[in-house]
Amino acid sequence: MPRPLPQPTPETAHFWEGTRVGELRLQRCAACEKVYFPPRPFCPACGHRRVRAFAASGRASLHSYVINHRAMPGAGFEAPYAIAVVELEEGPRMMTNIVECPQTPDALVLDMPLEVVFEPQSDEITLPVFRPTAAS
Amino acid sequence: MKPGSIAIVGAAETTELGRIPDLSALQLHADAALNTLADVGLTPADIDGVATAGESPTNVAWYLGITPTWVDGTTVGGCSFMLHVRHAAAAIAQGLCTTVLITHGESGKSRVGAGRRAFSAASLQGQFEVPYGPMGAATMFTLPMLRYMKDFGLSEEKLANVAVIQREWAAQNPRASFRDPISVEDVLDSRMIAYPFRLLMCCLVTDGGGALILSSTERARDFSTPPVYLLGTGESVETPMVSQMQDLTSSKAFRVSGRKAFEEAGIRPEDVDHLMIYDAFAHLPIYGLEDLGFVGRGEAGDFIWGRNTAPGGRLPVNTNGGGLSYMHSGMYGMYALQESVRQLRGIAPAQVPGVRVSVSHGVGGMFGAAGTIVMSNELP
Repeated sequence: MPRPLPQPTPETAHFWEGTRVGELRLQRCAACEKVYFPPRPFCPACGHRRVRAFAASGRASLHSYVINHRAMPGAGFEAPYAIAVVELEEGPRMMTNIVECPQTPDALVLDMPLEVVFEPQSDEITLPVFRPTAAS
Repeated sequence: MKPGSIAIVGAAETTELGRIPDLSALQLHADAALNTLADVGLTPADIDGVATAGESPTNVAWYLGITPTWVDGTTVGGCSFMLHVRHAAAAIAQGLCTTVLITHGESGKSRVGAGRRAFSAASLQGQFEVPYGPMGAATMFTLPMLRYMKDFGLSEEKLANVAVIQREWAAQNPRASFRDPISVEDVLDSRMIAYPFRLLMCCLVTDGGGALILSSTERARDFSTPPVYLLGTGESVETPMVSQMQDLTSSKAFRVSGRKAFEEAGIRPEDVDHLMIYDAFAHLPIYGLEDLGFVGRGEAGDFIWGRNTAPGGRLPVNTNGGGLSYMHSGMYGMYALQESVRQLRGIAPAQVPGVRVSVSHGVGGMFGAAGTIVMSNELP
């Protein structure tokens, strides 16, 4: 069984359209310049409705994580695996997984540089996950 | 609310705690409610306000045969009952009702008559957290802690020690689920659940319930129970998604709720004799001690290591054994309040001598919400 997949809403559709074409889309407020995530059609800092989506750099750092050791048969994940929070270069943080990296405390070093990778899950959904940058 | 004008006049837990396969969640509410009514010497007909979480207040009121003129179904997770206390105090002060019953019942382990817990795939959590494999609270509530450990240099030993100290309290409590002493090594050797959290750093999963009855202090004199006066209350929410906390090393909801409660009570942390901090996992007392201002940022691990919160320490914390050793049905906040009331009545199994001011601080969701209640057995 595959992992549980998101069901986009009208307010988040642009984000999921973005990941499908290889863009990690954030939004920026036209009034106060706040960059934010997750998506919504107004600024959570000032309430302004004029906001614009843009493609983020995809660069991030490892902010925190846990390594889940409880296997959940049929849930689409093989334990142990890390559930991470990354801090995007533009400021917002998001939950994600770290790929192309051993799922161990030694390999998963806080603040290590990461870059986004897009993993297609279905025709509609591509998930953004992160891997260590080549230099790290 | 004028400090001291509203009181908790009745408090009781379910007759049994732990594994209760022969009672549904709704009946656990009722069992706790009936025990609490008996504590005060009231009947359902005397109750005109009902608040609860987990079940709808409609279910609870009808099941108990209560016709309320005020209801509150605020459900923000395990601290909902702290919010109910706060809302009930305001409602009584405003004259919307006179005698409020707050109930909790949860078949957390046996899951008898219990609802399903799942996020919709279209919710914010369903879109932006669930696809990455969090499996319940053990992998979400814990997610901020590595950040804290790196920023403040907290060792795994000091995190483990939180569970060790709470087990010392539980050892004195015949109703606690786990009472055998444990060492830091025992905690670190227990099964890894979600690194850096081992099994003994995670709460129990049990069945149980509890209830409270509140009235005006003026009316409290009619009852035989010693009143526990409300001095100050606070509440707040931050985020439904743990990944979106403003600062992973500090809870905004804790800070806002705690400040409100302490300001209203007109007290400072050093005035507190007894403290309950909702501990679904071992890091929560660390966040609570810091965010409520009992110690500075990054100091709580050493404070607990120095036995300040242990039996005989200057700030006894989680004296029932906490969610880690006493019981945890899922929404533990009610049991924190119950222990504060017992300590202020002088009837706790691990009674702290001379408790005058007790604080119960609850968390809801994964650092999503908070409620703080400052109580005393003396009028201000």
